[in-house]
Parts: sequence; structure tokens; C-alpha cells
Amino acid sequence: MPELIITKNIDVPGIDRLDVYRQHGGYEALEKALREYQPEEIVELVKKSGLRGRGGAGFPTGMKWGFLAKNEPRYLCCNCDESEPGTFKDRMLMEKNPHQLVEGVIITSYACRVSTAFIYVRGELAYAARQVQRAVDEAYAAGYIGKNILGSGYSLDVIVHRGAGAYICGEESALMESLEGRRGYPRLKPPFPAAVGLYGGPTVINNCETLSTVPAIVRNGADWYASFGTEKSKGTRIFCLSGHVKKPGNYELPLGTPLRTLIYDEQYGGGILGDKQLKAVIPGGSSTFILGADKIDTPLDFESVAAAGSMLGSGGVIVMHEDTCIVDAVLRMTEFYRDESCGKCTPCREGTYWLVQLLERIEHGHGKMSDINLLLDICDNISGKSFCPLGDAATSSITSSIKLFREEYEYHVREGCCMVGPKARKPVAAAL
Amino acid sequence: MISEQAKQRMRELAARYPVARSAVMPALYIAQAEEGYVSRAALEAVAEVLNMTVDDVESVATFYTMYYQRPPGKKVIKVCNSISCYLRGCDALVEQLERRLGIKRGETSPDGRYTLLTVECLASCGTAPVLQVNDAFVENLTPELVDRLVDQWEAEFQAEGQSQGRSPAGAGGC
Repeated sequence: MPELIITKNIDVPGIDRLDVYRQHGGYEALEKALREYQPEEIVELVKKSGLRGRGGAGFPTGMKWGFLAKNEPRYLCCNCDESEPGTFKDRMLMEKNPHQLVEGVIITSYACRVSTAFIYVRGELAYAARQVQRAVDEAYAAGYIGKNILGSGYSLDVIVHRGAGAYICGEESALMESLEGRRGYPRLKPPFPAAVGLYGGPTVINNCETLSTVPAIVRNGADWYASFGTEKSKGTRIFCLSGHVKKPGNYELPLGTPLRTLIYDEQYGGGILGDKQLKAVIPGGSSTFILGADKIDTPLDFESVAAAGSMLGSGGVIVMHEDTCIVDAVLRMTEFYRDESCGKCTPCREGTYWLVQLLERIEHGHGKMSDINLLLDICDNISGKSFCPLGDAATSSITSSIKLFREEYEYHVREGCCMVGPKARKPVAAAL
Repeated sequence: MISEQAKQRMRELAARYPVARSAVMPALYIAQAEEGYVSRAALEAVAEVLNMTVDDVESVATFYTMYYQRPPGKKVIKVCNSISCYLRGCDALVEQLERRLGIKRGETSPDGRYTLLTVECLASCGTAPVLQVNDAFVENLTPELVDRLVDQWEAEFQAEGQSQGRSPAGAGGC
């Protein structure tokens, strides 16, 4: 079992309480940061560690902090609006170890000279929001948040803000719109949040897992963190394993661990449900391209997954076995993007509905052969042409599945039913 | 009507943010908790406290799925419909719930006890299939667990009806 960083203490009873968290070294990193480092030195430390954002894009965290404009006030938004199908790590971090997140928020705020930080928690995760709020309250009472933190002269306010059901609010500019009390429509970029963000001020936005990693880096050093993972993808990350595996769950592994290990190793996924054959894997949440079973030896790091034709994204690894009807599965994912499109831009608002209509009629046996290329054509007119990445995300599963499993689409059109799975036509002998 | 106590809580919340209208979402939650849904009174109260127009508040309330535009059932059952729950068989469980509750997805039972919804990813893919009853998660669903849940809800409503001195049928009258 490799060394754990973020999930090291996740199952310690009572770790969600301040006293137990402190017994396990909690807030020592904050004390060290305030005592031994100037803010800029922490930015340099995180740059040196090689930490990259865990929300999806994988942008270098320290570099992002370094881009912040110098004017004040500055803001930090911790993005805990976890809604990507296949991803369920932030919920665990918030519910089980909220102080680790809060400590990361405080250190990051200090490093970026932020005076007000927001933790934006997905609305549906009511218990997670209560856990984070209680940790914030305990941290205020202990003097870790508020005026003159630990006598350092640094002051910070932290506000826990609960969303209300909108996937788009996980997109950074939509999150800021939502925090400002409006519909969660994405903003045009540039200007980027580092220059003009929340309330017009310079704003840093990081994912929950990213900020939960910061205390360990400050406590143990940049070189220690950089010793995990690969040359360009440093550290560990939480892989959320779901779908047709025997042991779904969250597993923290060094970046670069082969996909095969995550899925088949007895310590992790334990193999395919029902000992069936692997058909396909989505490596980074439903917004990323589907990979065929031949990519099973792909190392799970940003570069290798990109070279294999997909993205590491939010770390949501979704496994599909041989009995999965790919058209039905892709329809399900496309319905998500149709329902979650904010409606601001036409390609996404209209295109996702059209995609669902076409997929439905193919799935239900009323499709035409030309519909398959029409799907690709619509995807081409959404991807890269919509206002925010939701449009791109809506097309990934469609384009990659047609590339890998075109014969299944054609079978649907030709035979009027699924090729595999429970809705496949039974052989005549079996029907009798 | 929204109570003065609720409005006071909204004011306190608004004071925490750099800009008052940032409190519109938590304020809507407070108002919805009193009314059961985002009623006209709820919109007006939030607008008054945050110095916004009612239309402005409504534009926010109608964007987010967790604000109800109509009174929901006492138990709002949200079954995750997304890819990981689909791969683990959520469709059959939704059909089972439709049969047991006597309503289709998207509907509220005439007695006001249940609203059955299918929703997008609930961030519980590792314990799929999953549903939420109001705010509480129920994970690793099986047909047996769904049956037990419905039996439990029915027993709760029955006990509630008896404690109010009414028959369950009376409590569920249209």
C-alpha cells in the first residue's frame, strides 16, 4: 500500500472534530506557515511541490496563485460544488475530514493575502455543508480564523456557502456569479478570475481536494510531495472508482499508477463485476473521452491519459463491462448535460437537446444510419463553440463512443435493438 | 407569510457577505423552509430583506433545482439517474418505487406524502445506486432495501396520523 497523504487520517474516529484533528497533527502546518514563511514563500513552496489542480483542468496550483493581481481586496473560493458524474471525493473529504480542508483554505488565504474566503458546497450535500460549517466554527473559536490569527497579525473570514442544485456552478466563473447572488451563468474570459473575479477583485479558485493537500505540503516540504507521482504529475490523488467493479470507492494512489492496478488489484477495485470482460473506461468523470479496454495499462497521470486520448479530469474512473449497451450509456450521460446546460449559449442549450433526441431514437430502434454522422456533426458544432466547457463535456462521450463502438450504433439502426445488455433481442430459441 | 424571525436570520446572513445580495440563496432556503416551497410570500420576503426586486429574486429561485416552485410532498425522494447509478441498476429501482408509491417520476402523490424525482448525479457513485429522502442519503440500494424503506415511510405516516387522532386514510385525503 503506497503512502497516503490526503486520506491518511480519513478513517480515524472523530477526526472531524478539532481536538482529534489536532491530536493527529492538525493545524501544525498553519502554525508553521504563519511562523516560518512569508506569503510569497508558500506560493513558491507549492510551485516547487508540483501540485496541480484536482478539480479537472490540472493547472499548476502555485502558478495560479502567482498570477493574482496585486490590488485588494482579494478573495479565495474553494470549489466544493462536486457534481461531475463519476466523482465523489470532495463529499468524502468534507464529511470525514473537514478540518483538513479548512486548514488548507486558511494557509492558501494567507499565501495569497486573501482576507475573505468562501467555501462553496454543492447544495445537495447538506451533511457535508454542516460538517464544513462546524469545522469553520470550531476554527474561529480556536483562533485559527478571525482577527490576528495565532498572534501573527493576519486576519481572515471564512464563509460557507451552500449551492442549490446546478452543475454549472462548478465552473469557476459561474461559481462566482452564483456567489454574487445571481443565476449561475458562466462569464466571458478574459478577464480571468486572478485579475477580475469575485466582486471584481483578484480571486483564486481551487478545488476541495487541491486545498486539502496544502497542509501536508507545508508540513512535509515540497521535495517530499514531489517524490510521489511522475515527473510532470507530482503527488497522489484520489481516484473515484465506480460502475462495474467489485469494490467501487475512493482510492488514493500516486499519479502514474496503471489503470489496471486501480481496477483489478485486490486492494482497490478487485476486478470486474461478475468476472465479466472489461469493455470501456471513462478515466476522468463523464466529461472525458471514453477509452477502450486496450488502454488498461495507461498510467493514471495527466500526460499519459492525454496521450491515450482522454483526460484525467476530476479523477472519476467509470468502468463498463461487456454487457453495457454503449448507446444507452452515452444517452444517459448526454441527458445529464441537457439537464444541466445553463441555457446561456445556443450551441449548448439547443445542441444538447438535439443530441438526446437523436440518441433516444437510435436507442429505441427508430434511428437512421445518417443519424450517426449527424451526431458527430452536432458535436462538432457544440465543442469549442459554446460559451463554457460544458458544451465540450457534452460531446466527449458521443464522439469517443462512435469512434470506438460505431458498430453498436449501426446495429441499433439496422436491428432496432441493443447489441448487448438486458435490452438486446433474445435469440429465437431462447424466446420459445 | 414569512416570520419576522426568519427575516432576522436573513438580515444576519446578509451582513456576513461583502455584498448583501450574495445572501439570496441562503435566504431562499430559509424562506422555503417556512413555506415548503418558494411561494410568492417567500420571494417578497427575500426581496424586501435584500433590497432586490421580486423578479430578480425569482430569476435566481427558478435557476436552481433545489428551490421548489410548487409544494412538494412531505417526503421528497430523489433517485440518482446518472451514469454510475445507471450501470448499477437504478432504472429498475425507480420503476419499483413508482409501483410502490403509486406515482410516476416527477409526480407528487395526491395525499401529499411523496414526491418522486429522478435527479442528476448525487456524488455517491461509489455506493451506487443511491437516493435522497429530503436531505438524507440512502446508499447501496437494493430491491429489498427499497421495499423496507417504503414500509418504513408508510409506518411513519401511519404513526403520525394516529398521533393526530386521524386515520391514515383521512390524513391522506385529497
